Amino acid sequence: MDTNISLPPGSAPPSFQDLILRLHAYWSAQGCLILQPYDVEMGAGTFHPATTLRALGRRPWAAAYVQPCRRPSDGRYAENPNRLQHYYQYQVIVKPSPADAQALLLDSYRALGLDPLRHDFRFVEDDWESPTLGAWGLGWEVWCDGMEVGQFTYFQQVGGIAVDLPSFEMTYGLERLAMYVQDVENVFDLDFNGRGVSYGDVFRRAEVEYSGHNFEHADTAMLTRHFEDSERECAALLGHGLALPAYDHCIKSSHLFNLLDARGVISVTERAAYIGRVRALAKGCCESWLAGERD
Amino acid sequence: MSELFIELFSEEIPARMQARAAEELSRLVAEALAPLAPSDIRTFFGPRRIALAATVARAVAESRSSERGPRRNAPEQALAGFLRKHGAARAQLREEGDFLVLDRVVPGIAAAALIARELPGLLRRFSWPKSMRWGGTSSFTWVRPLRRILCILDGETVPFDLRDGADNGHGLASGNLTEGHRFLAPAAFAVHSCAEWREALRDRFVIVDAAERRRVIWDGVTRLAAGHGLTVVDDPGLLDEVAGLVEWPVPLLGAIDAAYMDLPPEVMQVSMRVNQRYFALRDPAGNAAQCFAFVANVVATDDGRTIIAGNERVLRARFADARHFWDLDRAVRLDSRVAALDKITFHAKLGSQGARVQRLVRLAGALAFIVGADPEQARRAARLCKADLTSGMVGEFPELQGVMGRYYALHDGEDAAAADAIRDHYAPKGAGDEVPTHPVGVAIALADKLDQIAEFFRIGEKPTGSGDPYALRRAALGIIRVIRDNRIRLGLGDFLSRHTNIGQTAEILAFIGERLRVQLRAEGARHDVLNAILPGETDYDIVRLLARTDAVAAFLATDDGANLLVAYRRAANILRIEEKKDGPHDGPVDTALLGQPEEQVLAATLDRLEPAIGAAIRDEKFTEAMADLAVLRPPLDAFFDKVTVNDPAPELRRNRLRLLARVRAAMNLAADFSRIEG
Repeated sequence: MDTNISLPPGSAPPSFQDLILRLHAYWSAQGCLILQPYDVEMGAGTFHPATTLRALGRRPWAAAYVQPCRRPSDGRYAENPNRLQHYYQYQVIVKPSPADAQALLLDSYRALGLDPLRHDFRFVEDDWESPTLGAWGLGWEVWCDGMEVGQFTYFQQVGGIAVDLPSFEMTYGLERLAMYVQDVENVFDLDFNGRGVSYGDVFRRAEVEYSGHNFEHADTAMLTRHFEDSERECAALLGHGLALPAYDHCIKSSHLFNLLDARGVISVTERAAYIGRVRALAKGCCESWLAGERD
Repeated sequence: MSELFIELFSEEIPARMQARAAEELSRLVAEALAPLAPSDIRTFFGPRRIALAATVARAVAESRSSERGPRRNAPEQALAGFLRKHGAARAQLREEGDFLVLDRVVPGIAAAALIARELPGLLRRFSWPKSMRWGGTSSFTWVRPLRRILCILDGETVPFDLRDGADNGHGLASGNLTEGHRFLAPAAFAVHSCAEWREALRDRFVIVDAAERRRVIWDGVTRLAAGHGLTVVDDPGLLDEVAGLVEWPVPLLGAIDAAYMDLPPEVMQVSMRVNQRYFALRDPAGNAAQCFAFVANVVATDDGRTIIAGNERVLRARFADARHFWDLDRAVRLDSRVAALDKITFHAKLGSQGARVQRLVRLAGALAFIVGADPEQARRAARLCKADLTSGMVGEFPELQGVMGRYYALHDGEDAAAADAIRDHYAPKGAGDEVPTHPVGVAIALADKLDQIAEFFRIGEKPTGSGDPYALRRAALGIIRVIRDNRIRLGLGDFLSRHTNIGQTAEILAFIGERLRVQLRAEGARHDVLNAILPGETDYDIVRLLARTDAVAAFLATDDGANLLVAYRRAANILRIEEKKDGPHDGPVDTALLGQPEEQVLAATLDRLEPAIGAAIRDEKFTEAMADLAVLRPPLDAFFDKVTVNDPAPELRRNRLRLLARVRAAMNLAADFSRIEG
C-alpha cells in the first residue's frame, strides 16, 4: 500500500484508532491528563469544560482528549467523501502555553509517522474566534503538504474574559489526518481498526439518519422550546453558583441553535441574536467558574 | 561609524504583516536612536524574522550649553521657578553681567549604552495590527511569541533584556544567536555582522530578502511551467504572500485531476489561490492548464514526490467541494433564486438585496434608453444580477460574484448579453480593471453604482477623510470611467433627481465632481479648468464636461488664451476694486457714451460674440466657442491700452466698468476664468 508516511518495511499505516492511541501516548508522555469525551453534544472540542473553563484562572492545566463534534448543517447523507455532521477532534490544552509549543506539536506529527523532512509543514495565519463562546486567540492552521492537519491557538480571551494565563490549544481533525496518513480519499473508506473494519462500517448509517434528522425531521418547535428551557435553566443554575451544571445547559443551547440553523428556520437577523444569547450564557458560566476558582 | 544589526526572531508572522513590521522597526529605530544619526537603514522580513541593519555613530559626544536665568535682582519666585525647571540648585549658577546663568553638561554616551537603553522600550512600543500574550510570566506582547532578540554593534552583543520589575519579559535577553531553517538547519549559531547573517542563513536554507525569495519563486514557477509549454497567470498579490510564507522557496509542479477540468477556470483559479496559495497555469491558447504550480518550504528527502502527491490530493478534495457547489447551484434556476434575495440583508438601514434589485431593475430600464440597450434585456439582467449571492459557490468564494451568475444564466438559457452583463456589472473593480462595453452591461454597471452612492448618501453613510467602508469613491470613479470610455451622454443631475428617491442630488454631484477632479489630477490634466466650467455645468454630463474642459485647457495653452487670461484678470481686478466702492456695475452699456474708438470696437465685438459664444456652448462646439473668445483679445488689449476706465466723469467711468463687466460675463459663458490657477 502506498502511504503518506514513513513506515518500516511491511508495516501498515496507523488505523483510525491507532492514531488516537498514539496521540494519547504522546501527549500523556508530555504530562497531559488524558481525559474522556464530554457527554453533551457540542460543535467543537473547545466547548469541553476541560478547555473552556480550565482556560480561565491562574491554575496550570494540561489535558488531552478526543471529543465527538456535531455540526448538523455539515451532514451530507454519507454522500460526500469529506463532510460529516459527526466527527472527532483530538484536543490538547496546556496552560500556560509552553515555550516550545511549536516543537511539541511537530513532534506529535513525527509520532504519527509524518516526517517534516519529507513533508512540507507550515504554520499559516489563522486567527481563531468563537462568537458563541466570546473567545478568541491567535495562531495558525498547521499545514502538511497543503492540507490543514491541525489548528494551533494561543487563547487570549474566553467567555469575554481576558485569560490570566494564555493557553496553548491544539486541535487535530482526526478523520482528515487519518485520511492523509492512510492515503484514503473517502472518509468512509478509512481503516478503523487495522482488522477490516472501516469508518463507513461504523458511521455510514448514522450519517444518513442524522442528516435526515438535522435537515428534515427534527421538530423545530420542540428545539425552540428546548433552547429556551436550556437558556432559562442555565441562568437559574448560575443564580445558585453552579457553574458546571449551568455550563452544560450553555453547551446544549449552542447545539440546539446549530440544529435550528440546519433546519433553516433561523433568519439572518435572528442568527446574530441567538449567538448573542448563547454568548451571554457562556460569559455567565465563565464568570461563575472563575469566581469559584478564586475562592 | 559602527554597524548596528538587529534581528527579531519569532514564531511565524502572518505574511500580510511582515513588510509593514519592517517599516515600523525602521521608523522606531530612526526615532529612538536619532542621537546616533542612523543612516543606510536596511530592513529584512520573512515568516520568522524581522531584521534591520544601520550605520550609526560610535557615541554621542558630551554637549555643553548655557541657560540664561533671571536677573540677579529678580524676585525670589522667578529664581525658584528657573531652578525647578532645570532641576538645578542655586549653587550651580554663575553670574554673567546682570544675569544668573546655568551651565549644563549633557554627558556623552557610547552607542552600545544608548542602544541598550532604548531597545527594550522600543520593542514594547512596537505596534502590530494584532498582538498577543503568551506563557505566564510577562505582559510583553508580540504578533506571535518572540523567541530571540539578536542585537550586535560591530559584532559585539549589545546587552539588554525585557525584564520589567516582577515581569520577567519572557526571559528574553539580547544575544548574538539566531536559527536557520526550522527543519533543515534548526541549530542556533552566532553571527557578527549583517553580511555574515545573510550568508550564514543562506547556508542554512533561509533567504532573508523578501524580494529575492519573490524572484526565486517567480523564476522557478515560470521555468517549471515553460517546461510543459505553459505560462503562469500573473498574480503579484499571491506572489507577495507566498514569499511571506516560506524561508527557502522550492517551486514544484502538480497535476490536476482530469475529472475536474470542466469546472469554470475562474472557480479553479480562485479555489487554488484562496484555499491553497497555488499558481494557476495557462496553455498557449490561454485555456486553463491541467497543472498547477506551488511552493514548498523544504528540500525534501524524496525530491518532493510526497509533497507533490499530497498537494494534488488536497486539490482533488477542494475541487470535489467546488464541483459539489457547481452541480448543486446549476440545479436551481437563477431567476428562482431572486425571491431569496428578500431574506438577505444588504445593509441594516437599506433593507434587503431583494429591495436593492427592484431599484436596479427600475434604474436599468431608465438607463437602457440612454445607453442604447434593449430595455427588456437590461431589466432582465438587473433582475438576475445579484441572484448568484444565494448560490453555494458564491457563499464559498464571494470574489466569484457575478462570474458565477453569468455561468448560471448561460446554463439557464438566458440571453448572452444579459449573462455577460451579470458578470460585468461589478466592473471596473479597480484601476486596472476593464470597463463594460456592451450596452446592457453598461446599463447595469451604472445602475448598480448610482444606486450604491445614492442609497448610502441617503442614510448619511458618506465617505470621510479616513474611511470609505462602502467603497463609494470606487463606485464614483467607476461611473466616471464607464461613462467616459463608452461616451455615454447622461445628465447625472437630471437622472438622479428623476430616478432616485432622495433630495441629495447636489451633494452626490459634488462628490462625483470631486472624484473627477482627483482623476484628472492623476492623469496630469488641469483640474483647475474643471473647476472653472463646473458652475456652468449643473447637469454633470461627464462627456460634455470633459470635452469642454479639454477645449478650455487647449485654449489656455495658446498665446491668445494666455493673453486673454491676463486681460480677463485685469478686468476682473478692476471690477472687484471698483465694485467694492459703489456696487455692481452690470447694468446695460450706454452706446451713446462710448466716445473712444477702442470702446466702440470692444462693444461691437461683444455684441457679436455674446450670442455666438452662447450658441457654441449650447451646441457643444467648445473649440469654436474658444475661437470666438480669441477674437476678443485684440480689441480688449487695445481698450486697456488707450482707454482710462476710471475717468473723472462719473457717467463715463460707470459706462466703462459696465463694458468690462460685459467682457467678464461673456468670457464666463465659456468658463469661469477666475478659477483658473497659475
